Amino acid sequence: MTVGLEHYLVLSAILFALGLFGVIARRNLLVIYMCLELMLNAANLALVAFSRFTDNLHGQVFVFFVITVAAAEVAVGLALIVALYRKRQTAHVEELTTMKL
Amino acid sequence: MSLPDILFYVFAAFAVLCGLLIVVNRNPVTSAMFLVLTIGSLAALFVLLNAFFLAAIQVLVYAGAVMVLFVFVIMLLDLKAEQRRKIKVFGVVGGLVSVGTILAIFVRSVLQTRPGAEPAAVTATGDTMSLGKMLFTQYLLPFEIVSVLLLVAMVGVILLSKKELK
Repeated sequence: MTVGLEHYLVLSAILFALGLFGVIARRNLLVIYMCLELMLNAANLALVAFSRFTDNLHGQVFVFFVITVAAAEVAVGLALIVALYRKRQTAHVEELTTMKL
Repeated sequence: MSLPDILFYVFAAFAVLCGLLIVVNRNPVTSAMFLVLTIGSLAALFVLLNAFFLAAIQVLVYAGAVMVLFVFVIMLLDLKAEQRRKIKVFGVVGGLVSVGTILAIFVRSVLQTRPGAEPAAVTATGDTMSLGKMLFTQYLLPFEIVSVLLLVAMVGVILLSKKELK
């Protein structure tokens, strides 16, 4: 069976689901962040596959922007985590419930 | 089965395996290393999809810069206590339910539409020149906006990392 668009889409769905499971089940801020990155990568894979199988480059330009924004997001998010850790000495989401009464 | 198909299956299996190990691993450093491996196999899949520039960017930006940042922060925080914690049953059950639902939706929609299998005569390859031409003509405004976004992120990170905010 030759590999077509649907193979890539199913792989992307599996990776996205793994990332979502990590975000929901894990309780460590950093691991949650890594799982978010995994979800972003799964979406990127789907975009590149669409771009290949419709024979144009717009999808790849979009992935370029996604990677750039993801890099900025990681930098800001990790700085926030470090600032939070400095104040509360924990990176565990169940102990970071200041906004909850 | 031709060579690219075999390579697809190899790298897809590797990506899924490493993705699973990110989620189930107790040690954040090991998770980060498996995320690097996942990103590397995704870069290989990008090459199979003719997206050569993006494969290079994926390795440089993700596996290089982003993961170094991750490992740096993991080393900065002391996460020894994290490994002794139990994983909550409620989280696992909720995660499995939501993941099963979303996976069922995805796979069902893919199987129902059956998107075109043959890439009839591919002409567009994502090499640096063609992507660069698009970035500097058609996508010039988003490109400039992204550069401003990176500047804003840089200033924000410096502000956030200062010892005390005045």
